[in-house]
Amino acid sequence: MPKRATSTVLGATAVLVLLLVAMKSVVATTPDSQAFEQIERGRYLAIAADCVACHTVLDAGKPFAGGRPIETPFGNIVTPNITPDLDTGIGAWTDDEFDNAVRRGIRPNGARLYPAMPFTAYTKMSREDVLAIRAYLKTVASVHNEVVTNTLPFPFNIRAVMRVWNALYFTNGEFRPDQQKSAEWNRGAFLVQGPGHCTACHTPKSFLGGDKTSEYLRGSRLQGWFAPNITNDARTGLGSWSASDVATYLKTGHNRVTAATGPMAEAVKYSTSHMTDSDLAAIATYLKSVPGEPDNPSPVRMDDPSMIGGQAIYRDQCSACHSLDGRGVPQLFPSLADSSMARSSDPTTLIRIILRGARSVATAAEPTAPGMPSFGWQLDDAQVAAVVTYIRNAWGSAAAPVSARDVSSARSDLQGRTD
Amino acid sequence: MTRKLPKKDVVIVGLGWTGSIMAHELTDEGLDVVAIERGPWRDAPTEYPPNYAQDELRYRIRHELFLRPDQTTFTFRNKMNQTALPIRSWGSFMPPNGVGGGGVHWNAETWRFLPSDFVLKTHLTQRYGASFLPEHMTIQDWGVTYDDLEAHYDRFEYLCGTSGTAGNLRGKIQEGGNPFEGPRSRPYPTPAQAQPFSHTLFGKAARELGYKPFPQPSGNLSKAYTNPLGVRLGPCTYCGFCEWFGCGNYSKASPQTTILPVLVRKSNFAVRDNSEVTRINTDRSNKRATGVTFVDTAGEEWEQPADLVILSAYTLFNVQLLLLSKIGEPYDPVANKGVIGRNFTHQTISTANGFFDNKKFNFNPFIASGSIGMCIDEFNGDNFDHGPHGFVGGGYMGQVQTNGRPISTTPIPPGTPKWGAAWKAAVRDNYLSSVVPGTGVHGSFYSYRDIYLDLDPTYRDRFDRPLMRMTIDFHDNEVKQNTFLTDHFGEIIKAMGANQVAKEYRKAPYDATQYQTTHVCGGAIMGADRATSALNRYLQSWDVPNLFVMGASAYPQNAGYNPTGTLCALAYWSAAAIRNQYLKNPGPLVDA
Amino acid sequence: MGLSRRDLLASTALFLLGGVPTRAAVIVDRLPWTPNAGSPPVPVKPGPWLFFTGPEGRAVEAIADRIIPVDPETPGGKDAGCAVFIDRQMAGPYGRQDGLYNRPPFLKGTKEQGPQSEEGPAQQYREALAALDRYCRSKYAGRVFAELGDSDKDDILTGLEQGAVILDGADGNAFFLQMIKDVQQGFFADPIYGCNRDMVGWRMIGYPGARYNYLDWVHRHNERFPLPPVSIAGRADWTPKSR
Repeated sequence: MPKRATSTVLGATAVLVLLLVAMKSVVATTPDSQAFEQIERGRYLAIAADCVACHTVLDAGKPFAGGRPIETPFGNIVTPNITPDLDTGIGAWTDDEFDNAVRRGIRPNGARLYPAMPFTAYTKMSREDVLAIRAYLKTVASVHNEVVTNTLPFPFNIRAVMRVWNALYFTNGEFRPDQQKSAEWNRGAFLVQGPGHCTACHTPKSFLGGDKTSEYLRGSRLQGWFAPNITNDARTGLGSWSASDVATYLKTGHNRVTAATGPMAEAVKYSTSHMTDSDLAAIATYLKSVPGEPDNPSPVRMDDPSMIGGQAIYRDQCSACHSLDGRGVPQLFPSLADSSMARSSDPTTLIRIILRGARSVATAAEPTAPGMPSFGWQLDDAQVAAVVTYIRNAWGSAAAPVSARDVSSARSDLQGRTD
Repeated sequence: MTRKLPKKDVVIVGLGWTGSIMAHELTDEGLDVVAIERGPWRDAPTEYPPNYAQDELRYRIRHELFLRPDQTTFTFRNKMNQTALPIRSWGSFMPPNGVGGGGVHWNAETWRFLPSDFVLKTHLTQRYGASFLPEHMTIQDWGVTYDDLEAHYDRFEYLCGTSGTAGNLRGKIQEGGNPFEGPRSRPYPTPAQAQPFSHTLFGKAARELGYKPFPQPSGNLSKAYTNPLGVRLGPCTYCGFCEWFGCGNYSKASPQTTILPVLVRKSNFAVRDNSEVTRINTDRSNKRATGVTFVDTAGEEWEQPADLVILSAYTLFNVQLLLLSKIGEPYDPVANKGVIGRNFTHQTISTANGFFDNKKFNFNPFIASGSIGMCIDEFNGDNFDHGPHGFVGGGYMGQVQTNGRPISTTPIPPGTPKWGAAWKAAVRDNYLSSVVPGTGVHGSFYSYRDIYLDLDPTYRDRFDRPLMRMTIDFHDNEVKQNTFLTDHFGEIIKAMGANQVAKEYRKAPYDATQYQTTHVCGGAIMGADRATSALNRYLQSWDVPNLFVMGASAYPQNAGYNPTGTLCALAYWSAAAIRNQYLKNPGPLVDA
Repeated sequence: MGLSRRDLLASTALFLLGGVPTRAAVIVDRLPWTPNAGSPPVPVKPGPWLFFTGPEGRAVEAIADRIIPVDPETPGGKDAGCAVFIDRQMAGPYGRQDGLYNRPPFLKGTKEQGPQSEEGPAQQYREALAALDRYCRSKYAGRVFAELGDSDKDDILTGLEQGAVILDGADGNAFFLQMIKDVQQGFFADPIYGCNRDMVGWRMIGYPGARYNYLDWVHRHNERFPLPPVSIAGRADWTPKSR
């Protein structure tokens, strides 16, 4: 054999060997996306991450097909189709492209995703986690649904703006367990910080919409609700809940003190009620380790005109369900006396529920789903403010009073809402 | 042009108590079930919340939760030789409408019938002889016994969380309960409700007179309860807006508070509201139901085919649909033949109001629930010897005052002017110190040959179908029964310490303008003999085996109790027969 | 909310039934709910008559004040608002007989068969009030009912009640019995309907109004319930008093 030919053959062989080796290592490290356990793992992570809630127009019968408008302070963002459809979904994306989108907020064409897609939290997941989700999503029904996703007004429709935002607010990187803490705590931390993306609703935001990390999980206003403090704060958070109370709430939507409604009802229905008991216990363990804010307001006095008016309204109306002592009926009517949500710094949720009514979530474990009627037609702003102030300060609790102006601005904000 | 829908396993006509029970049972069996309800969906937070449910004018006086007579009504006459005229505005009964049916706005008085009630003909004939019974009284045995139904009564009571004190536990008489009741296998699921002042005082007076008073069994719960389906109810708060009103705080047993939250979650269940079934369709042989035809609010006609039809539309609408659908032979009172429409009954109600010294008695009548009350059963059924008295039947009696709503409950002593200064003063002086039991005497109404339902020859409804005609009057037997009972009742009211007792007897003629409970019964009765009944003992139509007819239309006669407990027990009994026998081998369950 | 996630097969339509819009729907999966749902009552607003003419209104006020006369403790029917109540009721579905069965033939039946009139209450009031004033003008030197002294008024009303006074062109007895009912209903109905102003009727008898929870009072036998009455529209104490 001529020397040159030999080296070519050798070179070709070497390349071939390298290729084979490379392929082998690719085969060894990339799980089979059609394997049952991979898909099941992905399905569970997709539940924890609650992909279906945002990426589905509820009741339209097309899960994951996108098209749902997500309200942000900057306008509505419409969610894309993440079914395997080749033209209008993500069927044609590579695994890398999918991973980049979920954990780094970058689309295949390089455009940035808005943080309504909580990649800032999903970054905590590993590549394996995300590929499992991908494997699951490949198995859902393919839906042809063209979604126009760029619906924000100028200047927010310029996605390049996200580069700056990411620099300020996005810390790329997987979850690193804290070796000082238990396995259960770490699992809970991973779920809450990562796929659960609780911070997306429960951490207050800066004016640019990024997390105020110093107030982690202390509550945030969005979409006409106040997602309450879920740190272990005794007054306004989970401090008076046992870990079991937390887990029960997430599993069934109800516990001895309160019930999930509004966007949290959705989170319970599609996500947390389908998670394992040990995962919910882990979440509870983690949340109850997050410190609350040391705030101790003095209660409004019982002889304050608001309290007197509020007490009259409470006795005449609210006591029908929430009982004369404010303790409600366990698992049926929330206990206002024990309600940390009622004492939130931001009373938006309390005002909203009183004005519009609310339906609590139904789960298999708790199917009753009692509803609160709307009082907005019956009570004027001063009266709502009085009864809200009363609820926040009677029964040994304390929180800032609420004014008629707070109520009237809540009323106007709720005007156009349909949920 | 009637549009045909995809076939379902089961179509249920009317989603009230029995419709909800059947829907739950049959969906649990795995069948695909659709319920079609003429009226609207109803639920507490949206239709009767506790911030405007307590409106006497709107719900009690203007009847807002009930059917509008213009949608469907009936014609009425006392005797066969009269011309029946339309009931243009409801009076003696209030037909329900909407999801939940009467279960939304009933009082929730949850009684069981006596063992003797189910074998009435046999029992009375044995004890008193056939000639003791009035001529043309058409009472019959039911074809089921109390023992057949006991487990199903229990099931319904545990579904509701019924509050009560057992009187007979597996044969042992219990202190504080009804000593006359049939044996029950276990105690009530929740304790009896606490009784307000006047009700307690009645119990005390009755005891002193030698009776055995007991608390009325109540579907207004004494405490929070979770039923076997996992549905939760709250404790009744004695608002005093019970019958005629929806319960705003989940404390009155109804389909909404016991079954529907679980039922709607089932993937094999759907309900269409605001859709009125106008006909049950049968095949050419007229021996097999093929489904129903219904009309929606746009006036569009639809056909819902099904393998099994459950007719649970309330007594009167059941009979009306059977007549209009030409199922079963219509009853002819002259020839005494036919079954659909026979043995129509109501309830024999009266009361005695008590006026007390307002310096000594303050009853706070507004603190009450729908099923509150202390009752005695000494004069019910055949619990006493009727021999000396010349009538049969009876009823429970009690201070069962449910409210102090001022439009209806501002009593004045007899002889007081109905208007003017004297009226005003009498109202003011007596409101807090009077006892107004309402249905204080709750007597049986037995069946007669000339009390029946058929189709009216003249008047028609908005679909141009003939209205159903009621021919009903009080016979001497019921009048005598009532006089006897009312006199005894008046004695107890007097013994409470009343200065004045105003007895209001029930007399003939039957007055369609005076409210007398909505306990109309019969017209499609159950029995052992197909010549004199429309249904067999499983509530299966003798004529059309894939049609079952629920409700008090099945009662061959009405006993001295509120009927709901018994018709719900019968629904469970019938459902068990369908699940365990019929579905395995569709066809007649009883040989004719 | 509450509409099927599967294909909806039923047609839907709005149908006004006694003023409440309804729609046929298929309910699956979950209990329906929408914000601000339900049909809360619309309180009567003070203002000019919606149904009565001036003379009719004055007559009704005058009759109401005899059915419920004023006394030192409690206003009479007129000041309590009974005429306003009746006026608004006549202008609404009750006056028009909405929802009742109004098909012919209209035959006279027995008392037990109930009213068989094509006319609704509104029409009956109109005719009867006109007939009443005609009667008064002819018997009392040209004066209408509202212009008579109290004892003359009472004489006429007693006469109507007992059948001694016959009106020409209307059933006076039926009218007066109807009016007793309407006046007294208004006097004790929730104030949102225009009568029982400031809950005077309820205060008179000691009825605490539209309350819902008496659990702390069930066991308190023979004690006066101390809380003031409250309407569906609330009570004065609900509004915080500015200092």
